[in-house]
Amino acid sequence: MASYSTSEFRSGLKVMIDGDPCAIIENEFVKPGKGQAFNRVKIRNLKTGRVLDKTYKSGESVEAADVVDINMQYLYSDGEFWHFMVPDTYEQHAADAQAVGEVYLWLKAQDTSEVTLYNGTPIGVTPPNFVELEITDTDPGLKGDTAQGGTKPATLETGAVVKVPLFLEIGEMVRVDTRTGEYMSRVKK
Amino acid sequence: MSWRPSATVQMIRARAKLYQQIRTYFSDSGCLEVDTPLLSSATNTDPDIASIYVQNQYLQTSPEFAMKRLLAADSGSIYQICHAFRESEQGRQHRPEFTLLEWYRLGFDYQQLMDEMEQLIDLVSGQQNQFRRLSYQALFAEFLAIDIYSINLVDLQDCCQQHVPGTDVVKMDTDQCLDLLISLVIAPGMKGYIFVYDYPLSQAALARPSQNDPKVAERFELFHDGLELANGFSELTDAGLQRSRFMADNQQREKRGLVQYTLDENLLSALEAGLPGCAGVALGLDRLLMVLLKLDSIDQVMSFCDV
Repeated sequence: MASYSTSEFRSGLKVMIDGDPCAIIENEFVKPGKGQAFNRVKIRNLKTGRVLDKTYKSGESVEAADVVDINMQYLYSDGEFWHFMVPDTYEQHAADAQAVGEVYLWLKAQDTSEVTLYNGTPIGVTPPNFVELEITDTDPGLKGDTAQGGTKPATLETGAVVKVPLFLEIGEMVRVDTRTGEYMSRVKK
Repeated sequence: MSWRPSATVQMIRARAKLYQQIRTYFSDSGCLEVDTPLLSSATNTDPDIASIYVQNQYLQTSPEFAMKRLLAADSGSIYQICHAFRESEQGRQHRPEFTLLEWYRLGFDYQQLMDEMEQLIDLVSGQQNQFRRLSYQALFAEFLAIDIYSINLVDLQDCCQQHVPGTDVVKMDTDQCLDLLISLVIAPGMKGYIFVYDYPLSQAALARPSQNDPKVAERFELFHDGLELANGFSELTDAGLQRSRFMADNQQREKRGLVQYTLDENLLSALEAGLPGCAGVALGLDRLLMVLLKLDSIDQVMSFCDV
């Protein structure tokens, strides 16, 4: 198995730590005047999402994780798995609930998401930064109230609930930032 | 990639002014400027320093060996401003190529050299600074309430684990534990200028053993707000002892699976011929500029950081 020396550490590098695939978020080189140098790293466990700190003696090696991020088209969910397809090869991958987590709220058929594969199996899904979804339920719109602040909850076709301006109606399309879960704008059909 | 300098013109001017002040100071105080080659056929054996190897020669990790050969050849007190190279050292406070001011004073011991450093730093910073001096043992007692000479390895590893979670302490020996604690726990809590002196003999490097305490060597380091600025010694003049320390370094290198280096026989011959009693120190000028200009990244004082 390939491995990385501490001198190759950089953010984004995927390594195996305590048996789990992890991504390095930050790496800091620390050395006293003379003597042993250390690399302090902040890592994200790609399975659990937990962030932890590790300190390595510089020069140590850490096993590489067989992790790749691939853009895939979301196809459908069968209730247990969410199915994705690599557009070029038509190769399909099924992600389970643990891999998908809360991201299912932003998955719309045909949209492209980044699927993280560990040893060929999906362990994470990153949705596009912006998605356009239809409002399936919300309180009736207040006519004429197009300029004032004021928001109300709206349920979208995926089940996500976002705060939208008062004038929006069921059946309208909205653009949402998936990183914050915030409404961005109304989209003309 | 940008062609523009990493440092601002203001930083570049500050560096020029610093060099000028240093040169005036040494020329006024009877210390000769020297210039030794950056490339050498032999290099430092220290297992924690990796040399850059270019066409069968090493880029110097410091000018120490060459300057000691000059001292043995009756140069008198000397100083040098030069670049030094250490492979893989890169971070907020490190560059693989950096600038050193290194000087040697005949007849000085390390305490006298610390006195002179205080003068020089007051001069270049244009103010009177407060300097503390703490022995390595007292430093650990003050910051961590441990006695480094009586604590056993298991307790020391526990101390590391407690202060720096996420460290594989089982594989660490005593000096590695001390290095971890001083770098990651003690240094971040240091305030102002602090000289740490009397390092354990196991970390003597090229310092002479203390006459008063067999556990320590006459080595010191200067820190400012936890940033290490300088490393100095009452120089070891005993060629036999120096040779056995180099050989111990190589044994340690073999244990860690590192390249072993041929000893610098020119340096050892110079020591045999007779190095006059002296103290010497290497001061990192990039880091001194960071302190003077209140910057927190070494890149901000380097003209270019393309590599």
